[in-house]
Amino acid sequence: MSNAASDGPEAMQWDSRARRVVTLWVPLCCFLFILLFPFYWMTVTAFKPDAELYDFATHNPFWITSPTLDHIRKLLFETSYPSWLWTTMLVSVGATFLSLFASTLAAYAIQRLRFRGSQYVGLAIYLAYLVPPSILFIPLATMVVQLGLFDSPMALILVYPTFLVPFCTWLLIGYFKSIPYELEECALIDGATRLQILTKITLPLAVPGLISAGIFSFTLSWNEFIYALAFIQSSENKTVPVAILTELVTGDVYQWGALMAGSLLGSLPVAIFYSFFVDYYVSSLTGAVKE
Amino acid sequence: MDTTLPAERAQHWSRTRRQPTALGRLFDSKTFLIIACLLPTVGLLGVFLTYPLGLGIWLAFTDGTIGRRGQFVGFENFEYLFTDPIFWNAVFFSVFYTALATVGKFALGLWLALLLNQYLPFKSFFRAIILLPWIVPTVLSAIAFWWMYDPQFSIISWVFIELGLRTTNIDFIGSEWPARFSLIVANIWRGIPFVAISLLAGLQTISPSLYEAALLDGASPWQRFRYITFPMLLPILAIVMTFSIIFTFTDFQLVYAITRGGPVNSTHLLATLAFQRGIPGGELAEGAAIAVSMIPFLVFATLFSYFALARRKWQQGEGND
Repeated sequence: MSNAASDGPEAMQWDSRARRVVTLWVPLCCFLFILLFPFYWMTVTAFKPDAELYDFATHNPFWITSPTLDHIRKLLFETSYPSWLWTTMLVSVGATFLSLFASTLAAYAIQRLRFRGSQYVGLAIYLAYLVPPSILFIPLATMVVQLGLFDSPMALILVYPTFLVPFCTWLLIGYFKSIPYELEECALIDGATRLQILTKITLPLAVPGLISAGIFSFTLSWNEFIYALAFIQSSENKTVPVAILTELVTGDVYQWGALMAGSLLGSLPVAIFYSFFVDYYVSSLTGAVKE
Repeated sequence: MDTTLPAERAQHWSRTRRQPTALGRLFDSKTFLIIACLLPTVGLLGVFLTYPLGLGIWLAFTDGTIGRRGQFVGFENFEYLFTDPIFWNAVFFSVFYTALATVGKFALGLWLALLLNQYLPFKSFFRAIILLPWIVPTVLSAIAFWWMYDPQFSIISWVFIELGLRTTNIDFIGSEWPARFSLIVANIWRGIPFVAISLLAGLQTISPSLYEAALLDGASPWQRFRYITFPMLLPILAIVMTFSIIFTFTDFQLVYAITRGGPVNSTHLLATLAFQRGIPGGELAEGAAIAVSMIPFLVFATLFSYFALARRKWQQGEGND
């Protein structure tokens, strides 16, 4: 750096550009490579014929010489993949709507109706988020059996809100805070009932918040594993993550092509869903953290 | 034509004014509205969170198995667990896994956040791409890691051999310590995006004028980081770290998908051990006792989070809120 100063402005400029490449672009590319490589590897494996898959000597493993849809065809037609996908979709959508309904009302009550102890209710809901599923799945499994919901997607729809509602309530409280209270006061003076205020003023203004809460709930439900593993027994009622791990892994010989095809197809719906709403997702995630 | 007097008209107006319906009146009662709004959440969380939490603690003190209601047996389950080397190994690995993975996630996540906070073209594109490992179901990316750690066909081994750095395949998950480190690496990989995006949000709230002032005073990049970035980031760092510690300590998916606690129980976390003993093993009470033994740790982490929050409010000058 000391020679840069003596070499004149041009050299200094070059020096700072080189510095930028070394301190910014090289590490950033390394991060991108490491974060994305498993997905690349998953995709490549899913389209490789078995002959290439297990022969690194004659084929470069990083590339596919003769791509095949065999693994995907096998997954779709020789396993219950469509019904796993259907269950996962049903559970995710059901749990998302239930959670949105409950958490919107709760967030409205805590943030807007302002009663004595509302902040303690908020704190209790926040603390509920810190109770992890790993502690609850054993007692919940006994409850699910007693309620006669064992092996039913309904059990998952009812149980997932335990981790979705605290998160969504937290997110929506922040969102309701950003809607000016004066709007509601005006409507109240104009003679609107509180129910009208909620459905005609507050909720429409909170739509972006509801969308981000919905996306979070959907991706978190799609992701959930331990409850689905503990509560569901029969193959066709399993969710995609559980089914791929428990149904496609048979014996000691793993069908890596089909496994990777399953992982790829199981990741795609959330990835596509996420890509549509990525801005909402990132901004509400950062917003929730800043709150 | 309207021939009534203005006063009569006014009366008329007041009489025909739309009366709120019974339902509307009910919803105008604030107490009713508060109860109605909180009922779904309180009901759901009460039935499926608070009650099972209590039930789990109760189960830990019984001798219940699957299909049989247990009797209260006091601390018997815990006494048995304390003599069980597999349990102590799970305690050790849970702490080790959490400590190492947290350090790794936060070091790399902070670095990535600092990179993304610089002036960059396509910034939002990078942010979107980087979150992918966090969006994709953990089990599915764990299966991809499992394949990358395959004893025979590992792509990582292949690269090392091609580069001439090794002559044999790397034994990733076949023996104790390599398996432990392989799991920690996969956990760090999965955790980086969340840490990076959260810390990036924190970085963006720091006023640039602080850096300008520091530059004028001749502060070095390290000094700027040490005396501006780090202290300003500390509150958010504390909260994100608490979350991360809680969810890493109680992790289940990665270990279950990649090693299932093997080889020879060396990579069991408390959660995977609780599952193995409790559900397929049928020893419900013992599984519950293992799960309950995570609680002291979580209470400690939560208290830490609470005080971090309190400290943050104090910093923002809303101490009495």
